[in-house]
Amino acid sequence: MTTTEASWPNQAHPNDQAEPALEPAQVGTLGMMASLDIPADDPFLNYLQNTTGVVDIERLNFDSPGVQSLREAGVRLILPLVSQGALVGMINLGQRLSEQDFSSDDRRLLGNLSTQAAPAVRVAQLIRQQQEEALERQRIEQELRVARLIQQLLLPKSLPAVEGWQVSAYYQPARAVGGDFYDFYTFPDGRMGFVIGDVTDKGVPAALVMATTRTLLRSAAEQFMSPGKILERTNNQLIEDIPPKMFVTCFYAILDPQSGHVRYANAGHDVPYQWTADGVVEMRARGMPLGLLPGMQYEEKETRLGPGECLLLYSDGLAEAHNPQREMFGFPRIRELVGQSPAHAELLPFLLDNLSSFTGPGWEQEDDVTMVMVRFVQDQPADGQVNKLTKTLARFELPSQPGNERLATQQVVEAIEPLNLPSAKLERLKTAVAEATMNAMEHGNKFDPDLPVKLEVTVTTNDADLMVNITDRGHGQPIPDAELPDLTAKLAGEQSPRGWGLFLIQNMVDDMHVDIDEMHHTVSLVIHLDEGAEHGKAN
Amino acid sequence: MEKPTNPLVATVRMHGQLAVIDMAGDIDGFADETLEKAYGEADASGAPAVLLNFDNVDYINSTGIALIVGMLAKARMSHKQLMTCGLSDHYQEIFNITRLSDFMNLYPDEDSALKDVTTPAS
Repeated sequence: MTTTEASWPNQAHPNDQAEPALEPAQVGTLGMMASLDIPADDPFLNYLQNTTGVVDIERLNFDSPGVQSLREAGVRLILPLVSQGALVGMINLGQRLSEQDFSSDDRRLLGNLSTQAAPAVRVAQLIRQQQEEALERQRIEQELRVARLIQQLLLPKSLPAVEGWQVSAYYQPARAVGGDFYDFYTFPDGRMGFVIGDVTDKGVPAALVMATTRTLLRSAAEQFMSPGKILERTNNQLIEDIPPKMFVTCFYAILDPQSGHVRYANAGHDVPYQWTADGVVEMRARGMPLGLLPGMQYEEKETRLGPGECLLLYSDGLAEAHNPQREMFGFPRIRELVGQSPAHAELLPFLLDNLSSFTGPGWEQEDDVTMVMVRFVQDQPADGQVNKLTKTLARFELPSQPGNERLATQQVVEAIEPLNLPSAKLERLKTAVAEATMNAMEHGNKFDPDLPVKLEVTVTTNDADLMVNITDRGHGQPIPDAELPDLTAKLAGEQSPRGWGLFLIQNMVDDMHVDIDEMHHTVSLVIHLDEGAEHGKAN
Repeated sequence: MEKPTNPLVATVRMHGQLAVIDMAGDIDGFADETLEKAYGEADASGAPAVLLNFDNVDYINSTGIALIVGMLAKARMSHKQLMTCGLSDHYQEIFNITRLSDFMNLYPDEDSALKDVTTPAS
């Protein structure tokens, strides 16, 4: 008997398990078992499916490549095994050992055999199919377990404890396990890096790329304290190893817990939101996802979190969640909810409650949902009120008119009188405040007297840092980087003699941050009050 | 609140080979015309060196720095020495970091400046 392996769709193969209890017929040489492959599109298979009884190949008025190969193999009789109208196999017999023809009894016996064997073969085939499917399911489950394990091993075990700050994170993998991740990194000077990312693809490949990305980000953070540089380095290294058509979106921010200053860069990730007393602000910064193109640069932006304010980072699993009507949860809704949250300490549970109401019960989560929230814990203090981390010494505003920078300086000097700043530091701060106020009035507010410049003077309660924040309504126009003006070119008349303001500011204070949102510029001037501070400029 | 600005007053006098510009008040955007006029007068005196006396100047802002750069450019074009005296420690620091002090010597007082008139300052 030969076994015929015919690979036709939806029809299982005759196989050893279902071998009928028939005395083995031989094909060709005694005892030789041949295996014949008949292509699934061979018309002979269709012929057999519609035939009842034994087919004598010598008398067959039909030809096809399949029939040819059966003939060449010495097959004499074929018993099609048809179950429920489908050809599930065939029993092929060669010449009898006695070299006599098959008798009519033989043929009847074979006919009966095929009738009984066909359903048995079919059942056996179904059992094998189920076993294979179960194995495949087990393999997928195993792969998902591995992917989940990788993610769980690499996600932070605990949240960073930073005095005065609340850090919350939420991670819920989809059944298929997307490639979401988040991480925290503490820099040697106490700044906190936080990152959220999403790898395209799912399962083990995504988990492995996520693991690699996280390692590269951490290693880059050991060398750079700049989110843009960290993303740039990670991109250049990742691109060497990442499989084609995969990439990673990623948002990286570095928080100075003392001042609330945040510097950030974005590699194509969903734009995070900052909740401020004035409303919700998008934290936009240009940058391509990681792993697509080498040599990419990542724009860096800055902002500052005031007391009570927070940032929300999230993944597209949240924005792209669907309700039963196939509507999307969507970015506008997230933004709106961030603005509406009754207590931002509970922002993540608030968003999850809303997500749950939106999707309804029995929601099958399509993608990982990941969120990270970073919040400056103090409530907005009243003027002069002492709170845990900073106290506000003064808050005032001035019309944008030339000369008013002197008023700003005067009021700041009065506010910080109790600090007894050494005179050199005081003079530097006065110059920086005057210059920053002038810039705010002239470049930010275009000397519009109806647009005031706002000033806020704060000091950390451990008296480590003094900060003066100067805010104008600059409509998000970027403030250029301070560079050393070229005096030689100015003296030669090749450049305007002006352009000293930012350079002076930066050289007069220990640190300067620029926060830009859709409505405002805020320049923050920081003076370290500790005489032993490493930074030498303002000592 | 009254205007805290202190408009600049500048007068020119001769001291040996020095044309001294005595300044009192703020050197900011409002000082433009006053300084230009005073420098013109000092230049016309024919003195080989002009001394800016900052004894009574408490405030110089970046626009004021730009005005001083303008005067320095004029002085260099006419090969005149431009010198300063009376700058506070703070403004001396600013003249240093802006590199203005590379092009105009800073003297503690008028007499020290006078001694250097014959020697080119930069």
